[in-house]
Amino acid sequence: MDPFGTHRGIEHAISWNRREFLRTATGATAAAMLSAFSPLRAMAMRKGQKAVVVTFGGGTRDEETFMPDGQENIPHLLKDFIPQGTFFTQVVNRGILGHYVATASLVTGVYETFNNFAAVAPDNPTVFEYFRKGLGRPASDAWVVAPSNGFGLIGESSHYSYGPGQGAGVILPKRLLAAAMPANNSSGYDHLLRDNYESPVYAPALGVSDEQLHQMAQMLKLSVADFAAHARSLRSPDELSVYVARQLMHQLAPSLLWITLHDIDVAHAGTYSLYIDAIQRSDRLCGEIWQMIQSEPEYAGKTTMFILPDFGRDSDTASGGNGFQHHRTGDAFSRTTWMMVRGAGVRENVLVDRPVESTDLVPTLGSLFGFSPDFSHGKVLPEVL
Amino acid sequence: MPIQQVQAEQFQSYPPQAKQIATSHIGLLQQLPLAFLPLLLREVIVYDWKFPAERDEIDRQFRYLESLTAVQLSSAMSSFAKLKLSPELESMDWTGAPSRFSEKLSANLWATHQIDDFSNAAEEYIRAFNTAVPAAAAPVSRLGIAVIAQEISQTNYRLFRKLRPHGVYFDHVDPKSSYELLLETVAARTQAHPAPYGHWCIDGGEQPALQKNQIASVAYGSLQPVRKALIRKMQQVSASQAGVEVLRTRLAETDPSEVGMKHVTDDPVLSRFAISVLTEGAGTQIYSTTFVQWAAREALRRARPLTIVARFAPRQTEESADEELSGIQQRAVLDPAGSLVDADMGAYYTWINLQRLPGDSSFVAWFEGHNEAVAIAPSLVPGTASHDNVNLAEILRRIQSTS
Repeated sequence: MDPFGTHRGIEHAISWNRREFLRTATGATAAAMLSAFSPLRAMAMRKGQKAVVVTFGGGTRDEETFMPDGQENIPHLLKDFIPQGTFFTQVVNRGILGHYVATASLVTGVYETFNNFAAVAPDNPTVFEYFRKGLGRPASDAWVVAPSNGFGLIGESSHYSYGPGQGAGVILPKRLLAAAMPANNSSGYDHLLRDNYESPVYAPALGVSDEQLHQMAQMLKLSVADFAAHARSLRSPDELSVYVARQLMHQLAPSLLWITLHDIDVAHAGTYSLYIDAIQRSDRLCGEIWQMIQSEPEYAGKTTMFILPDFGRDSDTASGGNGFQHHRTGDAFSRTTWMMVRGAGVRENVLVDRPVESTDLVPTLGSLFGFSPDFSHGKVLPEVL
Repeated sequence: MPIQQVQAEQFQSYPPQAKQIATSHIGLLQQLPLAFLPLLLREVIVYDWKFPAERDEIDRQFRYLESLTAVQLSSAMSSFAKLKLSPELESMDWTGAPSRFSEKLSANLWATHQIDDFSNAAEEYIRAFNTAVPAAAAPVSRLGIAVIAQEISQTNYRLFRKLRPHGVYFDHVDPKSSYELLLETVAARTQAHPAPYGHWCIDGGEQPALQKNQIASVAYGSLQPVRKALIRKMQQVSASQAGVEVLRTRLAETDPSEVGMKHVTDDPVLSRFAISVLTEGAGTQIYSTTFVQWAAREALRRARPLTIVARFAPRQTEESADEELSGIQQRAVLDPAGSLVDADMGAYYTWINLQRLPGDSSFVAWFEGHNEAVAIAPSLVPGTASHDNVNLAEILRRIQSTS
C-alpha cells in the first residue's frame, strides 16, 4: 500500500495550479512532446560540464512564490529563469522534513533517516563521492557552501564504499566568520551567525582553528580581515554564503558546487514579513549566482544550474501546523515543491508536469556528468538531458 | 515495561487529579497500544493545569474508550497497534515522562515512513470519539476579534488581503473608534455567558485593565521578566552545546516558579499556559506579533473560548531580537512596517483557528486608529466591500445581530 496515496490528488492539484499560473504568466510550454531522453546530447555535454545546485533550506510555499499573490516576491525566477529554463512543477519529497536530513537526501538520492539534529554523515554515498570517484576528480573540484553548522558532515558519507577524503569540501561561512571576528566579539555580526531557526538562539559555532581559518583564507585568496570587514556589510547569512561561493568559483572553479541557502527558514520565528523578505532575497541571490556563472569564463556556457527547495511548508489549513511557520505536518503542501533547471543545453521555457521526486536529482547529475550513482534510489530526469 | 503490566504505582508522581484519573482506569490502560497510550498519558499528566474544555475532552475520551467492548476497543486501536516501534521506545519510561516518549515516537515515525499512517489513525480516532461522545454545544456564537494596534505603521501594504474574500471589507471606519469598546464588549459577553477561561484578551503590549477573575488574559509586555529569564535559560543550554533537542526538552520542562511567573499571575492554569506559549512556540520569546498569534492559536485550540480578542502591537526588528538573544540589547528597536504584515497574517490565522471550533462564529479584524476593518459572520456576504461611514460599534452590531 502506498501510504502517500491520499496525498496524490493534492500534489497533482498543486502542480496544476503552478502550471496554469506559469503558463499564463510566462507562456511556457509543456514538456510532454519534448521529454524524450537524448543520450547523444548528454554525452556531448560532458566535456567541461559544470553544475551549480542551489537549494532553499527552509522551503517555500506556492502562495508566497508561484501563485498570483506571491509573484511579486520572485521576479528573477519568474522573468529570467522560467523563460530560459525547464521547470518541474511537482517535485515530491517523501522523506523526513528536517533541513539537514532532507538536504542529505537530496545529496545522496536516498531518503536518509538519521536524526535531523545529529552531527552525522549521510549513510549513503553522496553525489560528490560518486562524482569524484567515478570521474577521478580532485578534491578541489567539488564543494559545498552551507550556512548551518549542522551541515558540516554533508560532503561525504559513512558508506563502506566511500568515506573520508573522497567527498566534497564543506565551507560553513558562519564558522569562518566566527573564527575571523575580532577577539570573538560578535557585536555587529549576530545577524550573520544565527545557525538554526528552529532554535530561538543560535548554537555556538563549532571550533575552527586559526590555522584552518588562514588555510581557507589562503585558498580563497582572501584576507581574514577583509572577510570580516566585508561580512559586516552583509545583511544575512545567505549573502555571506554567496560571497564565499563567489570567491570559490573565482579561485577554484569547482565543477560541482552545491550552495544551500537558509534565510527563508526565519519563518520558524513566526514573522511572515521576514519570511517574505527572505524569499525575495533568495530570488535576488539566485539571479546573482546566475550572473556569477555568466561572468566567470570557467563557467560561462558550460554550466547547468539547478534550483530547488528541500521541501515546502505547512499549508494554512493543516490543523496540526501553524501555516507558513513550520513544516511539521507532512501534508502534501509541505512535501510538494518544484525545481528549476537552467543553463547549457537545457531546454528553454518548458514546464514538466509529471511528478518527480527530490531524490531524482543525483541520478540526473550522474547522467549529466557521466558517473554512476549506484546506491541512489532516484530516477534520471530525461527532460534535463 | 509491557503495557499489560502497568500498575497504579507507576502514577505516584503524577499531580493529584491526574493520578486519580490514571489509577481509576488501569484496566483500560493495560489494553491500549504503545503508539497510543503514552500520548493519552501526556495529556493526563498535566490534567491539573488543563482548561475545562481540555479536561472535558480527556474525560470524554475515557468515557468513549470504557464504553467499547474488548473487540470494539481492539478494532478502534488497530491502526495504532499496527505501527512498528523501535525497541528503544519500548524501553522508555513512558508513564513517568510521556512527553519525552512522544518526541521520540514522532522522530521514529518520520524515520520509518509511518508518520502518515499515524496521522490517519489519529484523525480517525478523534473523529470516532467525538462522534460517540460529542462535546456540549457552545451556549452562544463565538466572537473573535483581531486588533492591529495604532502604533503599527500604515504602509502601501494591502491590508486584510487574505480575510477580505471571506467577509465584508470596510474602508470608511471611524478612526476614533476605541479599543475600550472592544474590552467592554468582552466584559458584556462575560457577564451574559460566564465560563471559566471562556473569554480571553491577548495583548502584544501591556496588559489592559480587565475584570481578571472573569477574563483570561496574557500580555507580551507584562511577561517581560519571564521572557528575560527564559532567554537566559536558553543561552545557558545553548552555550553547553547540548543541541536543539535538549534545548527544546529543557524549555518544555520549565516550571513557572523557575522563571518568576508568580509575579505575573497567581492563576496556576493561566501561568502554565503562558509558560507553554513561551517555551513551545518558536519566536514567541522575542517577537510580540508571534506571541499574540501563537497564544491566540493555543487559547482557541485548548480553551475553546466563546470570546477572544487578540491585539497585535509592534514587534522589534530582527537585529534587535538578535541583540536580545545575545544579551547585549540596550533598547528594543521596533519594526512597525514589518509588524503590519505580521499582524495581518496573524489576524488571518486567528480567524482560521476560530473556524476550527464547532458551532457558529463571527470575526472582526480592525486596524486601530485607521479606517480599515473586515467583518466575517454567517449573514454577511463574503468578498464584498462596504464604503459606508461606520464606527466599530456599528460593525460589532452588524455581526452580533446575526449571532
